[in-house]
Amino acid sequence: MVRRIERDRRRFEEIVRGRIKQDLKRHITRGELIGRKGNEIVSIPVPQIELPHFRYGRRETGGVGQGEGEIGQPIGGSQGDEGAGQAGDAPGQHIREVELTIQEMAEIMGEELELPRIQPKGSKSLTTPKNRYTGIKRAGPESLRSFKRTYKEALKRQIASGVYDPRRPRIVPVREDLRYRSYQQDPVAVANAVIVYMMDVSGSMGNEQKEIVRVESFWIDTWIRAHYDGLVTRYIIHDAQAHEVDRETFYTTRESGGTRISSAYQLATDMLAQDYPTDEWNVYLFHFSDGDNWGGGDDERCFQLLQERLLPAANLFGYGQVESRYGSGQFLHSLESHLSAENLVLSRIEDRDAILPSIKAFLGKGK
Amino acid sequence: MQHELTPELRTLQAEIEGHARDHGLDFFEIVYQVLDWEEINEVAAYGGYPVRYPHWRHGMQYTELSRSYAYGLSKIYEMVVNNDPTYAYLLAANHLVDQKLVMAHVCGHGDFFKHNFSFAHTNRKMMDGMANHAARVRRYMERHGEDEVERLLDRCLSIDNLIDYNAPHIKRHPSVPQTTEEPRRAPRKLRAKQYMDSYINPEAALEAEQERLDEAQRRDEHFPPHPEKDVMLFLLEHAPLKNWERDVLGIVREEAYYFAPQGRTKIMNEGWASYWHSTLMTTRILTPDEFIDYADHHSGTMAPYAGSLNPYKLGLELWRDIEERWNKGRYGAAWDECDSYQERQGWDTGEMKGRGKIFEVRRHYNDLTFIDEFLTADFVRKHGLFTYEFNPISGEYVISDRDFGAVKEKLLFQLTNFGQPWIEVTDGNFLNRGELVLGHRYEGVPLKLDFARETLENVQSLWKRPVHLETYIEDEPRLMSYDGEEHTSEKRTEG
Repeated sequence: MVRRIERDRRRFEEIVRGRIKQDLKRHITRGELIGRKGNEIVSIPVPQIELPHFRYGRRETGGVGQGEGEIGQPIGGSQGDEGAGQAGDAPGQHIREVELTIQEMAEIMGEELELPRIQPKGSKSLTTPKNRYTGIKRAGPESLRSFKRTYKEALKRQIASGVYDPRRPRIVPVREDLRYRSYQQDPVAVANAVIVYMMDVSGSMGNEQKEIVRVESFWIDTWIRAHYDGLVTRYIIHDAQAHEVDRETFYTTRESGGTRISSAYQLATDMLAQDYPTDEWNVYLFHFSDGDNWGGGDDERCFQLLQERLLPAANLFGYGQVESRYGSGQFLHSLESHLSAENLVLSRIEDRDAILPSIKAFLGKGK
Repeated sequence: MQHELTPELRTLQAEIEGHARDHGLDFFEIVYQVLDWEEINEVAAYGGYPVRYPHWRHGMQYTELSRSYAYGLSKIYEMVVNNDPTYAYLLAANHLVDQKLVMAHVCGHGDFFKHNFSFAHTNRKMMDGMANHAARVRRYMERHGEDEVERLLDRCLSIDNLIDYNAPHIKRHPSVPQTTEEPRRAPRKLRAKQYMDSYINPEAALEAEQERLDEAQRRDEHFPPHPEKDVMLFLLEHAPLKNWERDVLGIVREEAYYFAPQGRTKIMNEGWASYWHSTLMTTRILTPDEFIDYADHHSGTMAPYAGSLNPYKLGLELWRDIEERWNKGRYGAAWDECDSYQERQGWDTGEMKGRGKIFEVRRHYNDLTFIDEFLTADFVRKHGLFTYEFNPISGEYVISDRDFGAVKEKLLFQLTNFGQPWIEVTDGNFLNRGELVLGHRYEGVPLKLDFARETLENVQSLWKRPVHLETYIEDEPRLMSYDGEEHTSEKRTEG
C-alpha cells in the first residue's frame, strides 16, 4: 500500500525541484558546488517554502527568552526565522538546504536547458571480459586442481562407502573426486568516452576566465558522465606549447607568454591516435581560449588539424571563447568563416551569466 | 503493524488513568494507537490526524520529521488530538517509562481539552471532520486537477490567520444583511409654534443634526457596516467563487478555527499536562529503577532553548507558582500591600487552596489572560525571563530588558491576536468599484513587506477585483494595492 504521505512528499519534492530550476543559474554559476563533489552529494540552499501571511518580521518584534545573561548580551542559538548570514539583502529568505546527488542535479539541468539525451556513437557499450575464479568443475588442467574440494569429495566418498577408518585417516582421491577451479567471464564496463579539455593559459587568461572554464567544464563533465558508464577526462594546457596536466594543475596554472593554439590541437591529435581509437571511443573535445592566437599561419595550421584529424574523430568539438580583460581575440571569428561542420560548436562566453547558454550550445546537439 | 496496546500497556493505561481521576482530572475516553516511527511521523505531519486533505506542506513536515529522526535530532514522544474520544499516539520503540510518562501527560491534555472554555466550541468529532474534508478535497482534485486545487489551498492557507479568534465567544453583529434601501434620515424637530420655530429649532442646529444623520447613514450603508475581522468569512460570503472553491475556503477556515484554541492555550495546556505527568509520575507511578530515565526525559522536555520560551517549562512553573501562592495565601490585598521582604518570604497562611485554584484557572483562562493575571515580578526574577531584540549593528538578537513590566508587555503582545497583526475588512466596495480594502490596525510594528505583498496577491486571486491594504511603511500611512498585475503603494491620509 502506498502511504498517503508519499503523495505529499513527492509533491513537496517537485516544488523544491521547481525552485531549484528557477534558481538554476545562480546555483550553477557559483563555483563552490564543485568543492563538495567528494561524496557525490551537493547541498543546495533553496528558499524555505513558507506560505506567506500577513505577519510581523521577527526583527521588529523581538521576543521573550529565559536564562542567564547581561543586558546587551547576544542570545545564543541560531535564530531561525530571518535566516542567518547575509543580513538584509533578501528579507524573508528562508534558507533550507536540500541535498541532491550530482546525478539529480545533472538531470535538473538537463530538463531545464532542454538538453537532448546524448546518443553514444556505436550502439554497443564497450566492455572488457574479466576472468574471475568463482566456480568449481569436474574437469580441468592439473594446475587448477582444488586441493580442498578434492579432499572433501574423497572424504565424503570414503565415509559413505565405509572405507574410512578414523584411527587411520588416509584419504586417497580417485579420479571422480578430482575438482578444479573454474572461471567465469564477467563483462566489465570500461570507459568508452573521453573528454579532452584544452585551455589557453597564456598571460591574458586571468583567474576570472579560468573560473568560468572551471564551472563550465564541471557541468559539461557532469552531463556527459550521466550518459556513459565510464568516462575518461584528459587535460591539456597550452600557451605557445602544449602539455598534458592533471586536473588540479589544469585549473590553477598560470603561464604567461604567447598563444599557439595549434600546439594543443596537435597534442590532442596525438593523444587520440595513441590511446583512443575512434571506432570504439566517444570523443569530446573542448577548447577554451580568449581567442588571441599568434599570427604566422598558426590559425591555418589549426584549421587543418581540425578538418583532417580532430573533427572526423570527435563526437563533438566545442570551442568556447572567454572574454578577457584585453578583449576578445579573432580566433572564433576565423573558425566561423573557415570551417563548418555539424559537430563543431562555437560559443562566446562573455561572463558568468553566459555559462548556462554556452552549456546549452555545447550540449544542445545531443551528440 | 499492530496498532493496539499490548496487554501490558493496557493495564498501565487503566492504572494511570485511575491515578489521574483520583486527583480530579476528567477526560473523554482516551484511545491509544501504537505506531512505528514512520507512521508516527506521518501522523505528526498531518497534525495528529491519520487522514487529512493532501497538500505538499504535509510532505514538507514529513521530510523534516523523518530526517531529524534519522539523524537522531529529535523524536516525537507524544501526540494527542482534541476529539471525543481523545486519540493519542505512542511510539512503539519507546521504553516503558517513556510510555508511562506519555500516558500521564496525555491525561492532562485530555482534561484540559474537555474543560478549558476555549475548546468548548470545538468540534469533538474532528477525526471524522478531517476525514470528511480530505474526501471532499480529493474529489475536487479528481475533478479539477491537483494543481488547481492545490493552488487554491495555498491561497486559502495564506490567509488562514485572518479569522476572528474570539468569534466563537462573541456575537458581533446580526448576520442578516440589510437589503432594502433606507430613505434619507431627517432630524426630528421639536414642536413649536410657528413664530417660535426658528428659535426652538434653529437652522444651524438642524443642519448639524442632518449632517450627523447622513454620516451615520453612510456608515450603516457602508459595506460592510462594521469592519469585519473574519476576512475568510467575508470572502466566503462575498467573493465570486465557484461552489467547490467556496467549499475549499470553508474547509481551511473551519480547520483554522478548530486549531486556534490550541494555539491560544499552548502555555497553559502544555504546562497543565507537564504539571500532571510530573505529579503523577513522581508520587504514584514510577518504580525506583525508572527514576533516572524519567528525570532525564522530563528535564529534556523542560529545557529552555536559547532565545525562545519553552511553553512546557513556563506553563509548568506558572501552575506550580499559582498552586503555591494559593496554598500559602500569597494573594489578595494584604499580600499585595506588604512590602517587607522578610514578611513576604515567610508568608504562609496555611490556606491550602492551591489545587482548587488551579482547577478553576484551567477552566476560565487562555494564555493571554493567564499571563496577564498570574505572571508576577517575583516569578520573572526567579525564572530569569528577559526580553530580546534585534541589534542591527551586530546583526544579533541581544537581551534587551529584564524588567518585569517589559517582559510582561512583550509576552502579552505576542499572545494578543497570536502576536499577529490585526487585519480586517474595512471596505468591500472601495470607490464604488467593488474593490476590497483591508485595514491593518497599526501598533508601531510594521508588517513583513514581502510576505504582505504575496498575501495580497493571494487575496486578490480570491476576490478577483483589485485589493488594497491600509498599513504603515516606515511609520508613514500607506495604501498598498494589487490589481492582479502589479503592485503599487501610495501615501494615504488617515481617515
